[in-house]
Amino acid sequence: MNLNLRGAWSILTNELFRFFRTVFGSILSPVLTTSLYIVVFGAAIGSRMDPSQFGGASYGAFIVPGLIMLTLLSESTSNASFGIYMPRFTGAIYELLSAPVGVAETLIGFVGAAAMKSLIIASIILITARLFVDYSIAHPLYAAGYVVLVAAAFSLFGFILGIWADGFEKLSIIPMLILTPLTFLGGTFYSVKMLAEPWRTIAQFNPVFYLINGLRWCFTGHSDVPIGLSLACTLGFVALCIAVIAYIFRTGWRLRG
Amino acid sequence: MSETILDIRGLSKTYKGGLTALDGVDLQIRKGEIFALLGPNGAGKTTLIGAVCGLLRPSGGTIEAFGLDTQRQWRKVRQRIGLVPQELSFDMFAQVEHSVNYSRGMFGCAPDPKRIEQVLRSLSLWDKRDAKIRELSGGMKRRVMIAKALSHDPELLFLDEPTAGVDVELRRDMWRQIGALRDAGTTIILTTHYIEEAQEMADRVGVINKGKILLVDDKDAIMAKLGRSEARITLTEPLPEIPSALDKWHLTLEDENRTLVYAGAEGEGKRAAAELVKAVVAAGIGFEGIVTKESSLEDIFVDLVEGREGLAA
Repeated sequence: MNLNLRGAWSILTNELFRFFRTVFGSILSPVLTTSLYIVVFGAAIGSRMDPSQFGGASYGAFIVPGLIMLTLLSESTSNASFGIYMPRFTGAIYELLSAPVGVAETLIGFVGAAAMKSLIIASIILITARLFVDYSIAHPLYAAGYVVLVAAAFSLFGFILGIWADGFEKLSIIPMLILTPLTFLGGTFYSVKMLAEPWRTIAQFNPVFYLINGLRWCFTGHSDVPIGLSLACTLGFVALCIAVIAYIFRTGWRLRG
Repeated sequence: MSETILDIRGLSKTYKGGLTALDGVDLQIRKGEIFALLGPNGAGKTTLIGAVCGLLRPSGGTIEAFGLDTQRQWRKVRQRIGLVPQELSFDMFAQVEHSVNYSRGMFGCAPDPKRIEQVLRSLSLWDKRDAKIRELSGGMKRRVMIAKALSHDPELLFLDEPTAGVDVELRRDMWRQIGALRDAGTTIILTTHYIEEAQEMADRVGVINKGKILLVDDKDAIMAKLGRSEARITLTEPLPEIPSALDKWHLTLEDENRTLVYAGAEGEGKRAAAELVKAVVAAGIGFEGIVTKESSLEDIFVDLVEGREGLAA
């Protein structure tokens, strides 16, 4: 198979161009929201929390990985879903379907751009958090690899969402009603060890719990679950998304009539 | 002009709801020609284009372009095909030049600012290259669509209703541009509602209705075969009855026997009307005026889609 790398690059740069065209709104909103979380929960309330409950780290440093994960999940999903949904909505998808680009080029272009956008925003949030919270990254290389993997995984998920959605309401319903609650209940602001039963056990059925703890391990060296389990969950999710996308392209579901 | 660039055999498309949009279409397009596909709304024109360009999956049949199977060798085929869809569909906030460059890249072509400039200049868009597409007029937006389709220098170009909704002046301007593309060697397949458009530009014409091709032929041959001339001869004096010498024209008398009317028949053009006039003179019938009217491609088209599918055979 000869990949049309120029085609993939063209889609990728076009998507990034679209992002930078609206850079103010794209970056400012998530950075401001996350900064507020860090200031209110991390700096103000966090100073009254007992660090022994968070593996010795300050509460502010404890919530940073969770907030980064919250940003990665929501931004990756919304960027990728919007990226593919808009051409479907405007009809410009004809160009993609009639061009010599296949599933690989499409994913490199749309998913790659969505992941890059969310990583840019996550990086800015990480830098901004340093202004309010004194955190350190125990395993920086693992952290870098892990955030890239999570961004890719949820960009793939967002891409599927953008193909599935047949209206703007559906586009926002999954992030709003499923992803955000799962992220908040997955230990963004607390350790599951602080929960009483049966909530502690129930929390372990939340897939986002493993993602947050994976990144938390990269940051603090401590986690509620083994890093291997977190990594396996993320890779499993990536594999599932790729399988669904391959099915979509093979059958033309919601793309080709 | 005889090499086949696109070969469609037994193409069918039935949508999930059961609608059969294409029903065993056979169509061959010659290299370098302008082929006009005519048909009423819902005839299957856009579905046919979509099947060739990869926008939808055919239910049956084969499509070969440039001698390559469009299903199996889709990458190679699509690199050489351009499509201008009916709807104005693009990122309205993008700049013109960026949008055209994007299209070129997507088709696997290396950036070529000179070529893009050439395309934009040929479509009178160069001055608007930095403008956002949403700021352009409807006609200019349509030209941007054409520029995007031409950005990778396709050998086969599909124009789906290229002049829909544009004013007469711009329409004629587009005809000139499409003619120039043909002169540059591009094979063009266009669908249109404007029969005048097909009559003006096409080398060959196909008529499709209810998913079936009713007729494909050279435009001039269609006019000769299916066109007819009508003649109305105003007589100097009323004629009590039509002389037997004029029987073969099946004439009628109107306006209190002061007008001799020849309705024409398929394939009988100007020559038949001229022979009639000679016969009238020879019969010693005086007349003071003749009005002739030739049927247009539109008349033929209307006849065909109103139930004369039998002519396709």
